[in-house]
Amino acid sequence: MKDRFNLYRFASPATFYPLAGKLIPWFVALSVVFGLAGLYLGMLVAPTDFQQGEGYRIIFIHVPASWMSMFIYLVMAGWAAIGLAFNTRLSGMMAQALAPTGALMAFLSLWTGALWGKPMWGAWWVWDARLTSELILLFLYIGYMALTAAIDDQRRADKAGGLLLLVGVVNVPIIYFSVKWWNTLHQGSSVNLTKSSMAETMLWGMLLMALCFWMYSIAVALMRVRTIMLERERHTDWVRAELGANSSGAAK
Amino acid sequence: MIHWNSFSDFLAMGGYGLYVWGSFGLNALIMIVEPIVVARNRKTTIARLKRQLRAEDRAETRNTAE
Repeated sequence: MKDRFNLYRFASPATFYPLAGKLIPWFVALSVVFGLAGLYLGMLVAPTDFQQGEGYRIIFIHVPASWMSMFIYLVMAGWAAIGLAFNTRLSGMMAQALAPTGALMAFLSLWTGALWGKPMWGAWWVWDARLTSELILLFLYIGYMALTAAIDDQRRADKAGGLLLLVGVVNVPIIYFSVKWWNTLHQGSSVNLTKSSMAETMLWGMLLMALCFWMYSIAVALMRVRTIMLERERHTDWVRAELGANSSGAAK
Repeated sequence: MIHWNSFSDFLAMGGYGLYVWGSFGLNALIMIVEPIVVARNRKTTIARLKRQLRAEDRAETRNTAE
C-alpha cells in the first residue's frame, strides 16, 4: 500500500515539479559525459568500415536518433494509455513535453539517413519500407502536436491526442521489423542481442551515443514539462507559491 | 589508439566529409537550439503567468475593498 501511495504522490504535478527540477542537471551532465565518450570512441578510435569507408560514421547519430524517435513515441503512447484509463493530469503533460523532441529525433533520423543514402545507394531518398514508415512517424508527431494545439479545452486535447497516439503506435513495429518483413534497400540491423556485425569500438561508440541521446531527451522533456505544469496548473496554490517564491524573474 | 593521421584526414572523412559533417552538424544544431528555445519559452511563460497572477490579485483586492 505504501508503494502505491508514493507512486500517486509523484504523479501529482506539485511533487513532480521540484523533483524534475533537481533531476535535470544530472541528466544534462550524463548526456555530456556519454556524448563525449561516444564521440571519442566513434569519431577518433573506431576503425574504418571495410565496405563503407569512413561514411559509416553517420551511424553514431543515425541509429541513436532513430531508436529515440521510436522509443519516445512508445513512451508517449504509454502515457496516453494511462491518461485515457485513469484520467491523470500528468500523462497529457508528459506526452506534450515529449512530442517536439520525438519529432526532432524522427527528422534527424531521416536527415542523417538521406546523407547516408546518397553516397551508399546513390539516392537521397527511396520509397523503401523503412524510410516510408519513419516518415509516417514524423507525420504522426506533427499530427499529434497540431491536433492538441488546435483544441482549446485541455482535457479534450489530451484525449484526442492520446487516441491518435494509440492508433499510430501500430507504425512502430512496422518501422522496427520492416527490414525483416520486406525486401528493403535499407540494411538490416547491425546490432542484436546475440551477435553484432560491428567491431567492438564501433558498437561501444554507438551504445554510448544512444545513452547520450537518452539522457538528452529526458533532460529536455523534463525542462519542457515543468513549463507546461506551470501553465496548466496556474490556478493552483502550489504554482502561485512557486511563482511568488522566485519573483526575481529568474527562470529557475 | 587514434585512428586518424592528421586533422585534415579527420575533416575529410575519407571523402565522406560532406555527409558525415552534414549529419553531425544538424545534430549539434538541434541539441544546442532546442534547449535554448525551451529555456526561453520557460522564461516568457513564467513572466506572463506572474503578470496574470498580479492582475488577478489586484482585481481581487479591489473587489474586497469596495
